[in-house]
Amino acid sequence: MSFKMNIPLLSVRNLRIGFTAGRRVLTAVDGVSLDVAAGETLVLLGESGCGKSVTALSLLRLLPAAGRVLGGEVRFEGSDLMALAEADMRTVRGGGMAMIFQEPATSLNPVLTVGRQIGEVLEKHPGLQGSVATGRAVELLKAVGIADPERRLSEYPFQLSGGMKQRVMVAMALAGDPRLLIADEPTTALDVTIQAQILDLLRRLQTERGMGMLLITHDLGVVARMAHRVGVMYAGEIVEEAPGEAFFGAPRHPYTQKLFAALPDMADRGAWLETIAGQVPPLTAMPTGCRFAGRCPFAWERCRDESPVWTDLGGGHRVRCHGVAEGRGHPAGKASGQAEPGSGLRQDDANTKNLLEVDSLCVHFPIRRGVLQRVVGHVKAVDGVSLELKRGGTLALVGESGCGKTTVGKAILQLIPSTGGQVRFDGKDLTGLSRKALRPLRRRLQMIFQDPFASLNPRMSVGEIITEGMDAVGAFGAIGALADSSDRVAAVAALLRQVGLDRQAAERYPHEFSGGQRQRIAIARALAVQPELVVCDEPTSALDVSVQAQILNLLKQLQDELGLAYLFITHNFAVVKYLAHEVAVMYLGRIVERGPVDAVLRSPKHPYTEALLSAVPSPRLEKNDTVIRLAGETPSPARPPSGCHFHPRCPRAVECCRVDYPEAFDVGEENAAHVVRCHLHASSGASL
Amino acid sequence: MSFLPVMLWSDALIWLLVLVALGLGWFSRRSPSLCRSWGRLGKNAVAMGAATVLCAFLLVGLLDSLHYRLRLPSAPGQQAEAIYSVEVLSVLDYLLKDLRDGHEKTYSAPFASRLYAKETLETPEGTVRDFPRLKYGGAHLKDESALMGDVMKRGLYGVFDALLVWMHAFIFLGIGVGINQRKNIHSLMDVWSSIKRKEILGRESRRAILRGETAIAWRGVLLALGGLLIVFLPLALLSGDYHVFGTDKVGQDVFYQILKSVRTALVIGLVTTLVTLPVAISLGILAGYFRGWVDDAIQYLYTTLSSIPGVLLIAASVLMMQVIIDTHPQWFSSAAERADLRLLALCFILGLTGWPSLCRLLRGETLKLRELEYIQAAQAFGVADLAILRRHILPNLMHIVIIALVMDFSGLVLAEAVLSYVGIGVDPTMISFGTMINSARMELSREPAVWWSLVSAFIFMFTLVLAANLLADAVRDAFDPRMG
Repeated sequence: MSFKMNIPLLSVRNLRIGFTAGRRVLTAVDGVSLDVAAGETLVLLGESGCGKSVTALSLLRLLPAAGRVLGGEVRFEGSDLMALAEADMRTVRGGGMAMIFQEPATSLNPVLTVGRQIGEVLEKHPGLQGSVATGRAVELLKAVGIADPERRLSEYPFQLSGGMKQRVMVAMALAGDPRLLIADEPTTALDVTIQAQILDLLRRLQTERGMGMLLITHDLGVVARMAHRVGVMYAGEIVEEAPGEAFFGAPRHPYTQKLFAALPDMADRGAWLETIAGQVPPLTAMPTGCRFAGRCPFAWERCRDESPVWTDLGGGHRVRCHGVAEGRGHPAGKASGQAEPGSGLRQDDANTKNLLEVDSLCVHFPIRRGVLQRVVGHVKAVDGVSLELKRGGTLALVGESGCGKTTVGKAILQLIPSTGGQVRFDGKDLTGLSRKALRPLRRRLQMIFQDPFASLNPRMSVGEIITEGMDAVGAFGAIGALADSSDRVAAVAALLRQVGLDRQAAERYPHEFSGGQRQRIAIARALAVQPELVVCDEPTSALDVSVQAQILNLLKQLQDELGLAYLFITHNFAVVKYLAHEVAVMYLGRIVERGPVDAVLRSPKHPYTEALLSAVPSPRLEKNDTVIRLAGETPSPARPPSGCHFHPRCPRAVECCRVDYPEAFDVGEENAAHVVRCHLHASSGASL
Repeated sequence: MSFLPVMLWSDALIWLLVLVALGLGWFSRRSPSLCRSWGRLGKNAVAMGAATVLCAFLLVGLLDSLHYRLRLPSAPGQQAEAIYSVEVLSVLDYLLKDLRDGHEKTYSAPFASRLYAKETLETPEGTVRDFPRLKYGGAHLKDESALMGDVMKRGLYGVFDALLVWMHAFIFLGIGVGINQRKNIHSLMDVWSSIKRKEILGRESRRAILRGETAIAWRGVLLALGGLLIVFLPLALLSGDYHVFGTDKVGQDVFYQILKSVRTALVIGLVTTLVTLPVAISLGILAGYFRGWVDDAIQYLYTTLSSIPGVLLIAASVLMMQVIIDTHPQWFSSAAERADLRLLALCFILGLTGWPSLCRLLRGETLKLRELEYIQAAQAFGVADLAILRRHILPNLMHIVIIALVMDFSGLVLAEAVLSYVGIGVDPTMISFGTMINSARMELSREPAVWWSLVSAFIFMFTLVLAANLLADAVRDAFDPRMG
């Protein structure tokens, strides 16, 4: 990296931001200082609520109504932004620095064409109009890699896919030729293959234009791929700042080290994940000393009394930690996982019969058009999925958004009626059973949902939430003795203890809990009826890394103790690696590859699996060169491509891929079945 | 017994509503999220002021909803069974006996001592055409030129009294808040002893009330109470000897008519929502939750209903109802009962034509809710549909229901006035804001114009609707989950 550190493009000194709540001002960002030079990428890394987005918004002076800048200095190319008049600020926004937001779906105006929205920026900043502006807009769209830009200009946002919308957002940000680009979680809402495309695009544009970039993310993988320098934020402060190599080589702050250790990717299978105890302190009760002291395993009195100052470690690596300053040792580098809790599927269970067998399950949603609502086609959300799951095993169902993996989960639980195929649970076919006939089976099949904020009724207490399921499946009636109310309380308390919550939690309401605690409550609700199979629908995707580790550990522990079988629906390969015994990869409603987790992750056979695995940004510096880039995006399941669904994006597609959907071939070694649906393996694998 | 209690149908419904409101209040004490919303509402000074004004209206309305019939004095020498008057009176009528009986001949202006129309008078000097003296208004004055002074003097006394009452209310409120804040007071004896020890003089709580630091915004209540007292206490004192708002064509006191109109407005506003709510809630939830043909049928129903012009539908229904009432005189034992039935019929008709908007709102919200994961979690347990509706959907819709209820109230009060003006509202014998405004059509076109009944009806209706609207705004802010 050869950029000169003369006058930085952006220089922030001691920035403090607060929010007014009633008559009090709560400090959300406390004394943040950072520099971004031209051509440099500074990544702000932090978990949700640490103040990183607020910092970015305040640079553009776009704070929400309750936000106040309490102090500090922001200099952009030498001029003090906090002292500028609002009219002058408008020339800085878009012209000097531009911003890309997290959610491409809501940051474009749905009733204006793409051309109109780009034109709006061009009109203001370079002052272009008419055909000159159109020409420039076409250039911009080309620069962000949109094919056929002339046609796209006259299209509306709903006609574009998610990745394309984010490209348009980037084009709009570039329209004013900004010297600094602020990107607030630009890829969080996107799938991994699209994320890889957008990250590449941002990196290319930055080198071409010599822009400075401030990238905000919570994903260590994105940091590894993009960062020249990294600033780690915790509870409104930057606690560590380092160049990329030093950051990944030897992180020094205990919080940073813990973040690395909490990633399931880093841990060995079977080991417990490192977790960070407790939670980020709320704005109302910030500790006076080091803000991480309450959760830090190395903290001593000084940490609790006195806020640490910067310790310079040389080479631009700085840390705010008393431990590092005094040379007290927590070792540099990654903390390793703890003792092995017994690895994987128990051997004696391995040969028992399958708990769940799904046989060519189909869920088709009719598309209706016209006055008479005639069916004109079907969205084949799930199109012939077959799965098997053993008692006590974990099957991970992996795929990008819209591939139908959640629909599979809900169809197995009979929450969505299936159109065809069979779901056999413990030998019984669930499809077509009446609600009454299903009720006794409900107890044995449960689900944990993605969003812990939507999965708990806000008007019911935690105790009521947990007992509702027991009442519905007749757990109290069946056991008889539990019908007593004191026994109910005891049962709820036992469940809460099992998921690591106080018994007092039963009387409280969901809004009083954090995301991770809510997910624990949801798990307790599912466990209340003693199920044998739990469908986990992305249970950690809405959670921060450190909380995710707690939930994954809990799920693993419960599996060891209770012998639960999990159908684990996810898009996160790191989680798969950590938790699953078997993996099934879905693409457009069908399973393209299925096999034991080691075989699939170590030597993927299907080109889609290969691409998906390589697109996952790894939180290490070395491994990021071999990304297989997929062109385009997932097609609509209403009109799947002919032949192999993947062929339009497949780098290795041959003639027959366009014509026939491939058979399933077993390419497994030894006894484990490793099934792949790809013409490339027609010769090597045994046809099924 | 010298009177016979009469329970009109609308009385029954009004008292039922009061019970329901008390029940809902008790129910929401148990639900912390509702408690929080009510707490937010209590902190809003404007809302509390508006609620105070509404309470005053409600008090008048409730007093007017306790009806009875007087026993007629039996003819001398007869020892027959009791015969009751055909006239149905209310407690309010009893309290306002002077106003009700103080009939003049025809129009008279507010605070006038003479009629508003000339008559031929017999005087010692011969017959002259002049404005005759009123029988009741200002009749106690020997010298009419003293009228202004008398009104001013009594008015000032009234204002003074009002301030006195208000001060007492403030002091007692301060002591009450002080008691509430102390933890060591459990009985009346504790209160008495601590007052003797001068512990709770309430000076601090009074200061807190004025600064708006109490849990309930008492300063809003006090301000509204002060306003009400200063306006109405002098009016009440004066109304004994004057017609403070004048008299109408048949010489009836307008102030009395106004107070009687309040009940009509409240019945229309409240009973109609009682009709609307069950229909709108049940159909809206069913359509949103079950989708499919249930949804189609319910949507068809309300789309059809809302595409018929509302006034036409109401007019047709009211006229039909009127025919039924006219052809069955044997159903009613008094004119009041007949008027009451027509009022109720109007409420039902307004309710049955007014539910689609709320139903549509609830259907949309239910469509959103049913996709939420906690509903699916309940379905995964095999919880019965009705239990899901009751436990998961309905509580999460309550804020919309409460907001709609309060906002509809003011609309309905106005609708009654419009309908009565068109002639399809309440029974012509029933006093309401609408009938008063209707009669003002003639009064304004005569020369010289009679302006007072329109103006006073307007002022009262405006106050009622304004208070309801202010409260509705505050309720929406307090109950909207997005507001925090």
